[in-house]
Amino acid sequence: MPTITINRKVFEKYVGKKLPDEKLKDRISMLGTDLEDVNEDEITVEVFPNRPDMLSVQGFSRAFSSFIGEKTGLSQYKVIPSKEKMIVDSSVKDVRPYTVCAIVRGLKFDDEKIKEVIEIQEKLHVTYGRNRKKVAIGVYPCEKIKFPIKFMSQNPKDIVFRPLEASKEMNALEILEKHSAGKDYGHLLEGKKNFPVFRDANNEVLSMPPIINSHKTGKVNEETKDVFIECSGFDFKVLENCLNIIIAALYEMGGKVYSMELEYGTKRYTTPNMNPEEMELDIGYINKLLGLDLKENDAKKLLEKMGYGHNKGKALIPSYRADILHQSDLAEDIAIAYGYEHFQEEIPKVATIAEEDKFEIFKNKIADLLVGLKFLEASTYNLTNETTQCKKMNTKVPLVYLSNSISSDYDVLRAWVTPNVIEILSNNRHHEYPQKIFAIGRVFKKEKNEDTGIKEDERISVAIAAEKTNYTEIRQVLDYLFRSIDVKYDIKETEHGSFIEGRAARVSVTKKNIAYIGEINPLVLENWELEVPIAAFEINLTELYKIIKK
Amino acid sequence: MSLDKIIASLHPLERKVLPVLKETDDFEIIAEKSGLQKVEVMRALQWLQNKKLIVVNQKLNEQISLDENGLNYKEKGVPEKKFLEAIKRKTSLEDLRKKSGLSNEELNICLGMLKRKNAIDIHKEKGIFVSITSAGKELVKKSFPEEIFLKKSFPINVSELQIEDKEVFEDLKKRKKILRINIVKIIKADLTEQGKKIASKRVSGKDILDQLTSKSLKSREWKNKKLRSYDVEINVPNISGGKRHFVSQATQYIKKIWLDMGFKEMTGNYVQTSFWDLDALFVPQDHPARDEQDTFFIKDPSHGSLPKKFAEKIKDAHENGANTGSKGWQYKWSSEEAKKNLLRTHTTVLSAKTIASLKKEDLPAKFFSVGKVFRNETLSWKHLFEFIQVEGIVIDPDANFKNLKGYLKEFFAKMGFSDVRIRPAHFPYTEPSAEVDVWHPTKKQWVELGGSGIFRPELVKPLLGIEVPVLAWGLGMERTIMEYYNITDARDVYKNDIKQLRETKLWMK
Repeated sequence: MPTITINRKVFEKYVGKKLPDEKLKDRISMLGTDLEDVNEDEITVEVFPNRPDMLSVQGFSRAFSSFIGEKTGLSQYKVIPSKEKMIVDSSVKDVRPYTVCAIVRGLKFDDEKIKEVIEIQEKLHVTYGRNRKKVAIGVYPCEKIKFPIKFMSQNPKDIVFRPLEASKEMNALEILEKHSAGKDYGHLLEGKKNFPVFRDANNEVLSMPPIINSHKTGKVNEETKDVFIECSGFDFKVLENCLNIIIAALYEMGGKVYSMELEYGTKRYTTPNMNPEEMELDIGYINKLLGLDLKENDAKKLLEKMGYGHNKGKALIPSYRADILHQSDLAEDIAIAYGYEHFQEEIPKVATIAEEDKFEIFKNKIADLLVGLKFLEASTYNLTNETTQCKKMNTKVPLVYLSNSISSDYDVLRAWVTPNVIEILSNNRHHEYPQKIFAIGRVFKKEKNEDTGIKEDERISVAIAAEKTNYTEIRQVLDYLFRSIDVKYDIKETEHGSFIEGRAARVSVTKKNIAYIGEINPLVLENWELEVPIAAFEINLTELYKIIKK
Repeated sequence: MSLDKIIASLHPLERKVLPVLKETDDFEIIAEKSGLQKVEVMRALQWLQNKKLIVVNQKLNEQISLDENGLNYKEKGVPEKKFLEAIKRKTSLEDLRKKSGLSNEELNICLGMLKRKNAIDIHKEKGIFVSITSAGKELVKKSFPEEIFLKKSFPINVSELQIEDKEVFEDLKKRKKILRINIVKIIKADLTEQGKKIASKRVSGKDILDQLTSKSLKSREWKNKKLRSYDVEINVPNISGGKRHFVSQATQYIKKIWLDMGFKEMTGNYVQTSFWDLDALFVPQDHPARDEQDTFFIKDPSHGSLPKKFAEKIKDAHENGANTGSKGWQYKWSSEEAKKNLLRTHTTVLSAKTIASLKKEDLPAKFFSVGKVFRNETLSWKHLFEFIQVEGIVIDPDANFKNLKGYLKEFFAKMGFSDVRIRPAHFPYTEPSAEVDVWHPTKKQWVELGGSGIFRPELVKPLLGIEVPVLAWGLGMERTIMEYYNITDARDVYKNDIKQLRETKLWMK
């Protein structure tokens, strides 16, 4: 999740109040941001993905100030109409269909402010913009461009300009190939015949979204006073929200906001639209959900602490908020304003019948029997590798592979548990023998009838490692288990690479194979550097339990 | 303790050793005279010392015994003697070698040594010639001190050597494979004043019964004898039994808490479709939590199938909020994305499936699960890729946010945490959402143990058919388990070290 680090003095100026450290820490946590660090100069917080509006010092201070009751209620953003135009050509439809824009004038840019703007842009790119896939943001100095601006798509060879951080002009294909931004974001234009481009009235390239701005027209510096801002992407509403988040911050930075006319063929829009959206406030619903008894006026005050307005039973949602989908979202903000710490814990007297899963009970009973025979239980991972499951066990079993595990030691789901157990015995060679252990675990195999195409069973593997252990000893354990649960089994000699020939058997109940038993093949012992004999069995408990239930 | 009482408590081994101690303090001799095995004597001495009847002294001794050459020279004489005997007037070294049968190495040693003793003269002409001196002749007549030393009865303790032997010993020690020096533990047992008193008494123990046996019970022999008293305060050797793994023990305990509170257990598969793990929980398909890097996906079969009953409803909820009064996420939902198989990222997937299986008449209902969840991480001291999540849901038309806090507080009180707080958080499937912290009594700070909230209507209504508040939480348990067992490296939780498993304490919360 994204973190932002903000200057504490700037923060305090925007908030309008200084708080002692302890209070500050507490309030930041209770506002719904994870506090990372507070010191004399800086505050670092983690902003949850539902609140991109807090990813700037202005946005965060705004939310904080109203939360502590300093500047509550809906912030007003005055938008002055301008005649400047953005003409959206229909050719962008298949590449990047929408853009929304605004002009902010009178910003006295200095190093600090330029940094802030770039920071907001970058944080929004990564989070709300999903690495520029959903939204790409461009900021341009007005003095270097001539309105109206055109948004179109063109053959990449015809898009030629000097991108930021480059020394010479390139065409779009060269940019994707050679420029660092092209390498990072080029995949977003993969498969497109034409690339999107903004051009001004002089036909100068402003930028090629979502990749890079032009050096000539798209670089803000200390002389810049007025900026043109656009957001491009695939969803008009999302772009408007994103634009509003930026505009609100720039407004609070001291800018004057001017709207622009957007021409989409015959359709006309004006952005930014900083008017709050209205949502009916269902106070009954909210009280029931939160267990409170708020009056309309209480709710109004609480909403105002979260930066909302309130008018005649309606909540006025700030235009920079994108996360209010439902009454329950209002309920959460009211709960935050009320203070999570002020909710009294209550357990309702609701009669429900407890029930432990029957199969879980069965597994525990089997485990208890083994504990009674002095076996130790091991707890193992479901993820393992092919070498452990097959090669070192001198056998071949079909495995389910993961597609993206970052560790090659753990890139398959196990098909049987005994390899885990042998591995444990191998890791414990330096400890006293006899060693008697068991492990219960999930195993996986492909099966078409399942939803996921994978069947999961629980199995138990039981092993004895000792100087003098043998088939008889482990068979006695198996016998004891089956006698204890009153199940009769059949046993038949079998061949299995992991076991010694003539000392391996298959166990079945009502003709269904459910277990292997035998002495481990010395080849396998050698693979695991084990120097004592091991006798083991593995039972499919899922199948066994199914049979018992019948 | 009175003498009689002490005598009554003597073990048969002690009884055999005690009388011998009047004669000797030497361990070897005690063993010989008592007719016991050395381990038995050791045990008896240990017990007697515990009873303060003897003082056992152990010291390390250098003990000399004969090595290969030493044994050989003892029998056949030392090479220097052979050397001297072989000299006739001026004899060349070559002739000496032939006559004496000594090796070149031995010859060289003899040359140096005999010269030092003035037993020979060395003449360098064409080659080396040797002649014997009068001192040398004397030597041949007498016995060599080295030979006398080698004929002693070994082993001998270095500390017991006579002064005149010391010099010879030092010389021989330098020579090849003549002597072998071993460090030997010497044990001496001396009677204390109390011990002397008891040793002088009759301690044969004829009137004492050592073990109660079925034979002595049948014969009623015990009636006429006294049963030996034990030292009941003494330490005994460790044993170990069978045991559940400590994670299983903790899991059982946690399950029991929820059962006590009237919750039903949920279980289910580890491999799930994204549909159940994420889409049904209203996690938008471009949410950062769905990032490939955190989630394990399955290579083959990479996709599963969608449940007909719910697929459309979930699609609508995502795209436009369906009939929930919500706007939805306002994007185009992809069924291909939803079909992707993964390893469950949270047990909340079980909650979704459970809600989907309920009918209105089943409410109110409460469910829990304690189960494995997966995250694509590299195994390290801090991170596991498989860990246990404790999940709970309360589906109750009258449930509210205060109840959520109530259930959590009750659970953590039973886990031994007296204070619980919740603070605002964000999860795509809960609203309100809350992080759960417990007050750590020794660290004196809040520790984050999980997430919670009330499920969004966009989740509940498509699955259940009606809108009902569902309180929900997912808590991490490894940290609490690690702390209880003083484990600092997360990997040690599933290390399965047999010694550790044998010795770990039970989960005693």
